[in-house]
Amino acid sequence: MRRRTFMGAAGAAAVTLALSGAALAQEAVKIGLILPMTGPFASTGRQIEAAAKLYMQQHGDTVAGKKIQLILKDDTGVADVTKRLAQELIVNDKIAVMAGFGLTPLALAPAPLATQAKVPQVVMAAATATITEASPYIVRTSFTLPQATVPMAEWAAKNDIKKVVTLVSDYGPGIDAEKAFTSAFTAKGGQVENLRVPLANPDFSPFLQKVADAKPDALFVFVPSGIGAQFMKQFVERGLDKSGIKLIGPGDVTDDDILNGMGDVALGAITTHHYSAAHDSPENKSFVEAFKKANNGMRPNFMAVGGYDGMHLIYEGLKKTNGQGGQALIDAMKGMSWTSPRGPVSIDPQTRDIVQNIYVRKVERKDGELYNVEFATIPNVKDPVKAAKSN
Amino acid sequence: MLTILFDGIAYGMLLFVLACGLAVTLGLMNFVNLAHGAFAMAGGYVTAVLMNRSGVPFLATLPLAFIVPAILGLVLERTLYKQLYTRSHLDQVLFSIGLVFMAVAAVDYSFGSQQQLIQLPTWLQGRIDVLGVQIGLYRSFIIVICGALVVALQLILTRTRFGSRLRAAVDDPRVARGLGINVSLIFATTFAFGSGLAGLGGALGAEILGLDPTFPLKFMIYFLIVVTVGGTTTITGPFLASLLLGIADVAGKYYVPSVGAFVIYTLMIVVLVLRPQGLFERAR
Amino acid sequence: MSTNIADHVRTSLVRKGRWGIGEILFWLIAAATLFLLPERHLILNEIAIIGLFALSLDLILGYAGIVSLGHAAFFGLGAYAAGILAKHGFADPLLGLLIAAIAAAILGFVTSFLVLRGSDLTKLMVTLGVALVLGEIANQASWLTGGADGLQGVSMGPVVGLFEFDIFGTTAYAYSLVVTFLLFIVARRIVVSPYGLSLRSIRDNPLRARAVGIPVNRRLVAVYTLSAAYAGVAGALLAQTTQFVSLDVLAFHRSADVMLVLVIGGVGYLYGGLIGAIIFKVLQDVISAWTPQYWQFWIGLILVIIVLAGRERLTERVRTLWKGVAGRTAKSPEPLPKTSVREI
Repeated sequence: MRRRTFMGAAGAAAVTLALSGAALAQEAVKIGLILPMTGPFASTGRQIEAAAKLYMQQHGDTVAGKKIQLILKDDTGVADVTKRLAQELIVNDKIAVMAGFGLTPLALAPAPLATQAKVPQVVMAAATATITEASPYIVRTSFTLPQATVPMAEWAAKNDIKKVVTLVSDYGPGIDAEKAFTSAFTAKGGQVENLRVPLANPDFSPFLQKVADAKPDALFVFVPSGIGAQFMKQFVERGLDKSGIKLIGPGDVTDDDILNGMGDVALGAITTHHYSAAHDSPENKSFVEAFKKANNGMRPNFMAVGGYDGMHLIYEGLKKTNGQGGQALIDAMKGMSWTSPRGPVSIDPQTRDIVQNIYVRKVERKDGELYNVEFATIPNVKDPVKAAKSN
Repeated sequence: MLTILFDGIAYGMLLFVLACGLAVTLGLMNFVNLAHGAFAMAGGYVTAVLMNRSGVPFLATLPLAFIVPAILGLVLERTLYKQLYTRSHLDQVLFSIGLVFMAVAAVDYSFGSQQQLIQLPTWLQGRIDVLGVQIGLYRSFIIVICGALVVALQLILTRTRFGSRLRAAVDDPRVARGLGINVSLIFATTFAFGSGLAGLGGALGAEILGLDPTFPLKFMIYFLIVVTVGGTTTITGPFLASLLLGIADVAGKYYVPSVGAFVIYTLMIVVLVLRPQGLFERAR
Repeated sequence: MSTNIADHVRTSLVRKGRWGIGEILFWLIAAATLFLLPERHLILNEIAIIGLFALSLDLILGYAGIVSLGHAAFFGLGAYAAGILAKHGFADPLLGLLIAAIAAAILGFVTSFLVLRGSDLTKLMVTLGVALVLGEIANQASWLTGGADGLQGVSMGPVVGLFEFDIFGTTAYAYSLVVTFLLFIVARRIVVSPYGLSLRSIRDNPLRARAVGIPVNRRLVAVYTLSAAYAGVAGALLAQTTQFVSLDVLAFHRSADVMLVLVIGGVGYLYGGLIGAIIFKVLQDVISAWTPQYWQFWIGLILVIIVLAGRERLTERVRTLWKGVAGRTAKSPEPLPKTSVREI
């Protein structure tokens, strides 16, 4: 009993401390950036970190008279570590907003904390549709897989593709992509066969052999960025490109980060995605140029643009709230719209998910380098999963 | 069907080249070198960097992908590994894991964390049709190189003076020393050779397995599986085990994709429970 | 004569069973951190959990000589058992611990027969294989486990109906610490019992142990099952205090990390796991706060240096120091396990 009262008292004291601390620390607004900086998904972390730093470099580190302090943490791609780091950042550093989150489980793990502590959580990478439903404090600046996938299905149906084999990595986003594509494509009268590949899978040959046997018009593929290159090479090695099977999918497989290194095997792949480094706009040109300059020639990919826009959203939100975090900040973020390097984007006030153009692109050689060259635009796409729910 | 078999063999061969250096250090020198994958990664990066930054042709990089890790292995063996031959296996595990961590971070620092990609020469790309079986050119190339290596290794071990000295040095270093065999020289050479083979494997595998800083950690399990299933006292054991695992993995994923990922692990458990010393080892 | 020896063993066991000052101090300090370091409760919670996990590995590695690279199988099973239970409305943490322990113990019992035979390398790979297969099952059974997205919607009730889990991690840490402490006492009791003694004789020489009539296999099965149950509880603690379970509870790096933790802290004296957990986690936290990208390099360097400087000498020194402080003045020093992995 005594112990309990003590704990209660300690808890209460800590809460008041935290609150007063938040009030005192208002000269500096802290942003906790939690990313996988080591391990298999390190390249995601690097891109986002570089973009966030670039944004701060370009826009200064003062917003509404308050200094912005970015605290970077490495969660090594392990969900319980993400959660612990988020909790520490909230409790000890009194961050106003947390950002980053490279993979779906990493974004979902700290979601209850966002709700409990009323700290906005800006998801800059993870792409499973349901993430924003995990907490009313989550807002996303990357994309959702169905958002990028459904336009692909529609494009395929319109362009004389009747039979498709889907090949996805066997985990949340992969299954999301498979479902989204299958339902959208069959609704248009197409025929689909599904294949799933284990996530840790070095050799695609058995799966590609299955695809070759099925002789579809097109192969729809989703694998996490990074593995895409191996996939492409084996696709061509197997001669599937010559047997007339089109390669289609969301843009992860032709990730800008490594696209140029893939070589000619990538040529002709058709993807739908929200960002290409070759997007033709003055905003993007200056973004790509500055990014390359600051990072030793590294080309920004869709992760980078998610990080860049995430920082923009935080900055603009803080401007509106005069540096205040919490509920005010998340409210300020809802409905915000701006012109990103990827084109016009906005935050859906209902779902807190991003609304953006999806582009249909084809890999082509441009100025000696490989790029996803956009040739069609589907404007203002909302996440189809949540849109279907609200109807 | 035959195509699946062919792919499985190529995959198995690749596993063998990557793992045989480990079989040598573990089986012959009784050293648990979990950092083996780091040497493979070194070879892969030598090839990738030379090709992408200096424009050296693929074939010309392969000898270097062998030599650089071999020298690296030699230096490390002389300076660090040497001191650990007599230590417990736990020490060796701890030490080599430490090396892996360092290698991962160092490569990440110098070359970035993204995938390193190489462009094969055109004569190795694509596939041909032989008697109705689709044969990938690059995979045939791997099979040829690896096949030659297996034969060469087996000959070196069983037919040369060096081989018999090595076996003597492993069986009983003290007696071997007493017979005038320079044991530490033999160990150093063997270690360097094993590291070089790993490097070659890394270079050959970069196209199929991919190459990034986490390579040594990602494939450590595969190497260990090959070596334990094959047994560690011969070269043929790990070789046959690699082939078996390669074929089982590819075929498993082709015919029963939903349980494909289980095949390789389950196979390992079953083999080890039935034959704890490895599949191809005379029970002792 | 024989009664004489029995008496001697008994008194020596009783003497060993006594608590030294150092040990009491250790736990007092641990309890004090609850009040003195309120900002560090989250990482302390993780340390307590990893410490318990490493302790469970010590039971088989340090006391029975069974090496394992797949201990995460039990940790992960415990975590999923507790998580799934809580998700379906059974929110009482203690019930979760119990079920997790039982589930892990059953798996431990079943798989223990796989590790009775073979060399150390074989054991390493078989245990590793079991963990990998389990990980794959968890990935495939996404209707139950949430698959790669992780298990959502775990919400825990208050501990013993009184203490709600708070955002500062205070309840979580207190809870994990108390559970770890209680299980530690049990483990300590076991290893100084005649049963524990028989385990050590098996570790040092299984043949001789069998010859003097110790039922070797039965003892090993029992300790493996017990260790699995401990690991299951550690996993359940993680699931309950983070209220989230993801596939990496079963991942290879979990098993490897816990091995590192235990070996750093020293094998075979129960405190090794706890001390190793403190060293490893604090180092990782400090270095990765300083360089989030390249902290692995420094951890690796430290490992290499530890080994080159003579890990066994270091841990031995820690251990003798420990004994000095712990005030165990046994006449003949406990024979140190030269190495636990003797033959691969």
